[in-house]
Amino acid sequence: MVEYKGKCVIDLQVNGETRTATVRPSDVLLDVLREQFGLTGAKPGCKNGDCGACTVLMDGWPVKSCLVLAVEAAGHAVTTIEGLQNVPLQKAFVDCEAFQCGYCTSGFLMVCHSLMTQHPDARESVIEDWLQANLCRCTGYSEIRNALRTVLPD
Amino acid sequence: MIAHDFDYYRPDTMKEAYGIYQKLSAMDKSPAYYAGGSEVITMSRAGSILPGAVVDLKAIPECTYMGFADEGLMIGACVTLSAIAESKLFPMLGTAVSRIADHTNQCRITLGGNVCGTIIYRESVLPLLLTDCSVYLWGANGERRVPIKDVFHQRVMLKKGEFITRFAIDQKWLGVPYIHVKKTKNEKIDYPLLTLVALLEGGDIRMAFSGLCEFPFRSSRIEDTLNGPDCTISEKAERITHQLPGPCLDNLDGSAEYRAFVLKNTVYKVLQKFKEMPNGRI
Repeated sequence: MVEYKGKCVIDLQVNGETRTATVRPSDVLLDVLREQFGLTGAKPGCKNGDCGACTVLMDGWPVKSCLVLAVEAAGHAVTTIEGLQNVPLQKAFVDCEAFQCGYCTSGFLMVCHSLMTQHPDARESVIEDWLQANLCRCTGYSEIRNALRTVLPD
Repeated sequence: MIAHDFDYYRPDTMKEAYGIYQKLSAMDKSPAYYAGGSEVITMSRAGSILPGAVVDLKAIPECTYMGFADEGLMIGACVTLSAIAESKLFPMLGTAVSRIADHTNQCRITLGGNVCGTIIYRESVLPLLLTDCSVYLWGANGERRVPIKDVFHQRVMLKKGEFITRFAIDQKWLGVPYIHVKKTKNEKIDYPLLTLVALLEGGDIRMAFSGLCEFPFRSSRIEDTLNGPDCTISEKAERITHQLPGPCLDNLDGSAEYRAFVLKNTVYKVLQKFKEMPNGRI
């Protein structure tokens, strides 16, 4: 049985590297990524699982890092926006002007990247389901969807 | 940030989980079983619960298995809603869970967590009620299997420290014709004004509801009305609005009168659709 009590040291696999953090078991992954690892690409928005700005990938699937305990992530592969290096999706976001203020962008990129990986042949209804997990207060939804469409196979 | 501290335990077996829960209870640690974590984390952050420890069930093989066994389709309590939908093993359940929260949260929310949750809608239980599934519980005497109707009355009734390990669904239900309707006030992702799941089996309709009362339910009285021969579809739809097992919800999402109106019209359309099916005899 795995046990974490009080302050404890954990190893996390983040963007292919092993990172060590000292955490409380009640610390959420978002805070550890930002405050201990300096990975500020995951954004704190609602911190209630509603907005999706803090989305990262765990073993390739999107999760809202404000709703994951850091100790739970030990043993899983965590990918943040900093781990996406020059993927075509990022260029598509630029080309399609799929961001305005940019605060939601990293969360959307992570969801889109996971969708491309898990469902490269995604139908429109699947795209809609996945993208509805994230909010853009600048309301640039159609541009984001267009950007995703340009990198999905026809 | 969660302001208070708690300890975290991730047992490998059901026995270990029950044992540590009992031990923590004896130490006045107010432990909470933990799976997807959505409720525990949000409620802990808000300070509405203050567990001294959480017992994470996700490393227990029985709780994470989804596949077929002698009893039918087994779905572990810690299987996520997205995994259920992606598997396509039980389309009725897959459809229902695909309308709970948003897709990213469905990658974390578990079937057991939703059924046992404090949010009153618990829509994933509707297909389980309709198919008379069995629920496996782990408690003081090890594992026991009970029909869902014996353990779910408005909410899951568990003894202290007991937890759901898995659900068993008879294979005969997996491919039956069904209809799922979810009506919300505005947005697609929202709590329901009405969620209705219905199936047709041997010419009879089974129907379960969420969003109408302060609990999800299936009612034999309503099903008797739906399957009775003595009135029209329109009369049946009208009649069941007076047969709810509790007061109709009346809040900002919808008044009681409006929910009853939505119920009547939705049931009417569902009965019409079933009537057009080969085995329908409404």
